[in-house]
Amino acid sequence: MTLDPLILSRLQFAWVIAWHILLPAFTVGLASFIAFAEGVWFFARSQTFLKISMFWTRIFSIAFGMGVVSGIVMPFQFGTNWSRFADATADILSPLLAYEGLMAFFLEATFLGVLLFGRKLVPRWAHFFAALMVAAGTLFSSFWILAANSWMQTPAGYAVVNGRFEPRDWLAVIFNPSFPYRLFHTVVGFYITTGFVVLGVGAWLIRRGRGVAEARAMVSATLWLLLGLIPAQILLGDAHGLNTERYQPAKLAAIEARWKTGSRVPLTLFAIPDQRAAANRFSIEVPVLGSLILTHDPNGTVRGLEDWPRADWPPVIIPFLAFRIMVGLGLLMLAIVVTGNALRWRGALWRNGAFLKLCQWVAPVGFLAVLAGWTTTEVGRQPWTVYGLMRTANSVTPSLTSADVIVTLGGYVLAYLVIFPAGIALMVRVARRGFEPAPGDLVQSGRPATVLDVPRQAERNAPGHVEQNAP
Amino acid sequence: MTGVLPDIVPLWTLILGLGVFLYVLLDGFDLGVGMLFAFAPDGNARNLMMNAVAPIWDGNETWLVLGTVGFFAAFPLAFAIILPAVYLPIALMLVALVFRGVAFEFRFRDAERRGFWDHGFVAGSALATFAQGVVLGAFIQGFRVEGRHFAGSSLDCFTPFSIVTGVALMFGYALLGAGWLIIKTEGELQRLARRLGRIALVGVAAAIAAVSLWTPQLDPAVARRWFSWPNIALLSPVPLLTALLAALTWRALARDRAQFAPFALSVGLFALSYLGIAISLWPMIVPHRYSLWQAASSESTQVFLALGTLFLLPIIFFYVGWSYWVFRGKARADVGYH
Repeated sequence: MTLDPLILSRLQFAWVIAWHILLPAFTVGLASFIAFAEGVWFFARSQTFLKISMFWTRIFSIAFGMGVVSGIVMPFQFGTNWSRFADATADILSPLLAYEGLMAFFLEATFLGVLLFGRKLVPRWAHFFAALMVAAGTLFSSFWILAANSWMQTPAGYAVVNGRFEPRDWLAVIFNPSFPYRLFHTVVGFYITTGFVVLGVGAWLIRRGRGVAEARAMVSATLWLLLGLIPAQILLGDAHGLNTERYQPAKLAAIEARWKTGSRVPLTLFAIPDQRAAANRFSIEVPVLGSLILTHDPNGTVRGLEDWPRADWPPVIIPFLAFRIMVGLGLLMLAIVVTGNALRWRGALWRNGAFLKLCQWVAPVGFLAVLAGWTTTEVGRQPWTVYGLMRTANSVTPSLTSADVIVTLGGYVLAYLVIFPAGIALMVRVARRGFEPAPGDLVQSGRPATVLDVPRQAERNAPGHVEQNAP
Repeated sequence: MTGVLPDIVPLWTLILGLGVFLYVLLDGFDLGVGMLFAFAPDGNARNLMMNAVAPIWDGNETWLVLGTVGFFAAFPLAFAIILPAVYLPIALMLVALVFRGVAFEFRFRDAERRGFWDHGFVAGSALATFAQGVVLGAFIQGFRVEGRHFAGSSLDCFTPFSIVTGVALMFGYALLGAGWLIIKTEGELQRLARRLGRIALVGVAAAIAAVSLWTPQLDPAVARRWFSWPNIALLSPVPLLTALLAALTWRALARDRAQFAPFALSVGLFALSYLGIAISLWPMIVPHRYSLWQAASSESTQVFLALGTLFLLPIIFFYVGWSYWVFRGKARADVGYH
């Protein structure tokens, strides 16, 4: 493998997207969680949920700022490094990206300003509305960007004219075959990712005895939520898999490291796929289960990579292993959430230090699962940018030299290695402070000294209310 | 183009022209504040300057995304040629914007390394501005093109002319930033902004003069457009108005009662410079090579996106305007951050 502009551009894209995706993976779910907490505060006047919302909003603002700056990098990549792809697909993909900007980014950015800075400046309902709009913005954003991504995976509604894709049916473009599955699987994955962070932080606060009432409220709500979401996610993943089998069978063959076509195929639990020999080493297999899972029929036929020319094979080992990591993490998450709910059922949850500690340790598990899933689907798409129609090798900018891309890749690597660890450390620091700002707060920018002098608007609306609830 | 619908390219030119101009104004003033941040005398002044843009900067930066994606949507051929041609300044801008963007949050929360993030904020703002100016200069000069691709080297975009436009834009954004600070601050800090604004204005005036005299030298077509009869008479209001506005800005910067005038007049200067560039290049989007019509996306794409844009833009203006209303008035160090 030589370091040509193609492989360097792919590395650069992988680097900037892999860091960037961690932030929506967190902020999509967290925006909804904050809107939920603001709703409980708004309707039920729950001081507990006001504190929960303010706590997570502080963390959200850091994550969102990082999401904005790393997100701005993304649309430029199409033009700078993938200009032939941009030229060929612009007529179809660009409106989807533009609608993301129009519907989502302005909504998020504007109402986040109000959410962060405006609690004293706008009426309570407007502040709650701002929280809802931020959450809606993150979901609109997911909708459009995944529509664009799904079109690259399962293109539809187009005609090829002089080597360029032209739109013929916009509904078919947007609601292309893999889009609904990808949208729900991804957004539910993002919610679960956030859920495990909330669970882990809550468990940490409980063990440290800081804001125990608030921490218990958020752990409890999240355990219920995850009990519903994780089984739903497993079903969604299965449906997504059937969709892949139908529309991207070569990707599925790579995910399963299935080289030969056959029926009653086994399920390969683990192996080291050898692309050159078109065979698996050290494989552990369960007979017939492969056909059963992939086709929902023990006699079902599963196609192997032998059905396609080698030039059209993805690098099998990557999607194969990434998929197994994702599924393994999913099963781990299921086990933890079932255990947590069982402990709560028996009334033993808050006393069980070992379980709370486990929750702390697995707080980042969702991020790993998202990255593994994303790797599975994107590397599985190779060697195409537009599946079956346009090769990655034909998508790269022709004028680039290796030196150009080495310089910029180096710049992105350095920048992200500074800001991401710093940002994560700051979020941890904010979380450690708990619900009450510490005395002698390092923050000079005039944040309210205590949580309780914040809802001035509430005083205005309901005289005496804050005093009644003050501990 | 099939001729079923009326030609929609002018509409897109207008939308995109407006979007890019809004970006230049809005992110221009907060990048400008970022550069002027280097001259703040103390921590309190720095906090005030930060608070003057903190609630709105990411909304302003959203115009960059929308401008880029809109450009990709409306004129994809130009997008696919120009972005590779300005590969290095774009990457420089993006990395600079990363450091500048995270500084808003990080400096408030990371007291031990606040100095580092403050330097990042200043350097990020300055480099991003310079890089945008280089892109502008390279764009005015034009690119080596073969077929549908840029055919030159990534270093082509660095020329004496583009370096000058890079520095020019730094003065320009600093002027906008000073105007914004005059609106948002008072007392000593406002007086500082007025002084810095005057320095920036001198740079802006020199830069406008330099670029105006230099551009016709670069391209005889531009010279013909401005200096042939009757164009020279019809277009003469552009430079004359520019000179008038520069003089008025100078006066407004000195007058203590003028709170909004310096910013408004600087916006006028930007508008005229922008108009001047548009007059020089019209109707080309890849100078010397492709016109707006030749680089346009399919009619179906333009119509599909125009429908939503015309519906959504007024809504965006409404709520963005509302948020500016909420955060109106002088910036205070004690307005609750979060």
